[in-house]
Amino acid sequence: MSETKERKLFMYHRMLMCRMFEERVYYLFLEGRLPGTIHQSQGQEASAVGVCSALEDKDMITSTHRPHSHAIARGVSVRSLMAELFARETGCCRGKGGSMHVGDMEAGMVPAIAIVGGGIPLAAGCALAFRYLEQPNIVACFFGEGATNIGTFHEAVNMAAIWNLPVVFVCENNKYAASTAVEKVMRVKRVSERAMAYGIPGETLDGNDVEAVYQAMRKAGSRARAGDGPTLLELETYRFAGHSRSDPGRYREPEEVAAWKQRDPIARYEAKLLAERVLEPAEITKIKTSIERELEAAVAQAESDPSPKPEDCLSDVFAS
Amino acid sequence: MSSRASAVSNQEIPGREVTMVDALRAALREEMRRDKRVILLGEDIGVEGGFGGAFTVTLGLSEEFGHHRVLDTPISEAAIAGVAAGAALAGLRPVADVQYGDFLFLAMDQLANNAAKLRYMSGGKLSVSMVFRAPVGATTRGAQHGQSLEAFFMHVPGLKVACPSNPYDGKGLLKTAIRDDNPVIFFEHKLLYGSKGARKEKGGLQVVGWVPDEEYLIPFGEAKIVRPGRDITLVANLLMVHKSMQAAEILAAEGVDAEVIDVRTLTPFDWETVFQSVRKTTRLLIVEEDNLTGGWGAEVAARVADDCIGYLDGPIRRIAAPDTPVPFAPVMENFYVPSVEKIVGAVRELVKVHN
Ligand SMILES: Cc1ncc(C[n+]2csc(CCOP(=O)(O)OP(=O)(O)O)c2C)c(N)n1
Repeated sequence: MSETKERKLFMYHRMLMCRMFEERVYYLFLEGRLPGTIHQSQGQEASAVGVCSALEDKDMITSTHRPHSHAIARGVSVRSLMAELFARETGCCRGKGGSMHVGDMEAGMVPAIAIVGGGIPLAAGCALAFRYLEQPNIVACFFGEGATNIGTFHEAVNMAAIWNLPVVFVCENNKYAASTAVEKVMRVKRVSERAMAYGIPGETLDGNDVEAVYQAMRKAGSRARAGDGPTLLELETYRFAGHSRSDPGRYREPEEVAAWKQRDPIARYEAKLLAERVLEPAEITKIKTSIERELEAAVAQAESDPSPKPEDCLSDVFAS
Repeated sequence: MSSRASAVSNQEIPGREVTMVDALRAALREEMRRDKRVILLGEDIGVEGGFGGAFTVTLGLSEEFGHHRVLDTPISEAAIAGVAAGAALAGLRPVADVQYGDFLFLAMDQLANNAAKLRYMSGGKLSVSMVFRAPVGATTRGAQHGQSLEAFFMHVPGLKVACPSNPYDGKGLLKTAIRDDNPVIFFEHKLLYGSKGARKEKGGLQVVGWVPDEEYLIPFGEAKIVRPGRDITLVANLLMVHKSMQAAEILAAEGVDAEVIDVRTLTPFDWETVFQSVRKTTRLLIVEEDNLTGGWGAEVAARVADDCIGYLDGPIRRIAAPDTPVPFAPVMENFYVPSVEKIVGAVRELVKVHN
């Protein structure tokens, strides 16, 4: 298999995994089998997968309150993610983090930060360390368009810019921050215009086109790796689900939601790969079945995994 | 579980049983009708088809008062706090909010360095008449959405701090806070909102409280004895008032008569009510959801030791969350949040050993 074909199939597979994971989690949540709250990412798989597929081993990502797809795309094990959502000892945060804080440094993902904008300075900081340690790695920093209205965004992007840090700022513009439409809280038409204020390149692209995202991230990543500094990528996308578990999304027009569902990143990529004969129709069911099995196993495992002990609450506060 | 913590329940006066959300919304509505200078600022508080803030408190207010008075902001907590303080300086009475108390840390500089200090720095020439509402309490959302932060703000001179445990107090204190000429941090507990439908909190107490139709205010600095007793004083706030009351019922069956005090406001603090109670019962247990070290209970312990040491028949004890972040897993969170059992256990120890 050619490298390109392999990568394309990989990205297709990963996007499907993100989607099917989220759908499974949705039902588990409705059934009351998962505690806490969840923020889901159906519809935003192309940005997660396009960006993360362009990363190298030991590169790092930072994420948000909506981290499931970022984690899967980065290669955090699905079992450890599922176990975390089930609040198990075997979860990627050993039951201490939960949905909003999943991550795994080994896999290249800082535990997700649920304070909007809170992860952006961390990303710049990781990038500073990489450069200082002469490690040839970069950081991909995910955040929503809503986060670009918070101070940390401006402070951290500026700092990364003046120091030419190896970080790519990835804004997933899904048009709404909770119930708030982007045009109500931003005068600029495009988030990418904000790059100008800090003297770095900014680019807006179709965030539901995984191939375009991948290519843009390759380019921004090379620039960062070469020591030429950060880039701000704005990926236009949409979340199909509500903001969080309890949101029926009545602030969005049904027509708008329907129109974006027409631009489903997975369906589009599937059609493209079929047309390119990279993917055969018969393979689709096979891939889906295998993902289904993997998820099934992850759920079964998570359900039988041990719970942390109540007193485990007390450990891990300080490094010893 | 239903609990009626409102002390004033007079059948003669017309009133209704309402939830905390209803009571807070009514307070905002009444004050906005009464005074044009009252405006609201926050994220997702007035969007059509939206939530009315994270816990529905402001639902319907933008329809009644318009978007010039119910201002939906960007996600910009530092600016929300600072803009509220600035507007207060220039004559408004803003009521701002954060969706989760944890985000107060983003607003900390504006609150602690500006809002709290401007009156002092100006030699008393101006005032910062603003309220900042913040939901607190652990609710299986993990470390960044479940902290109890009262003590941080109690520590800043110039800030007032309120923490109502029931709808009656919530309404009366919020109205007072809005009319106060000082910055007030107003804490609300997520499990006490009584929100319904999709916004219902898992594990929330379905607290309803009687609230009179007639207008009333509750002054700051007046604690409430929610259960009189002879043997031990329990001092609590927010959710812990309810847990202390449950504990008191269990203890009553064992012949231990606990007095439960709801502090209602931390700044100003009603020391006299606590001191008098301790002098009577000679034993003190403080119950808070805050982390133990440096929590508000530590201050209470110190003051009581200072003032009532000669009356005490035992050590002052505190039941608080351990000094850890809020864990996610429910088994750990249940261990973290002070439980009725822990309160009962601590009281048994205190009355047994020192009888
Ligand atoms: C500092 C801070 N303020 C408010 C919130 C509550 N909140 C959680 S997600 C969210 C909207 C975030 O929008 P955006 O950054 O665009 O990301 P999206 O949810 O669209 O992925 C808000 C207001 C928060 N978590 N942190």
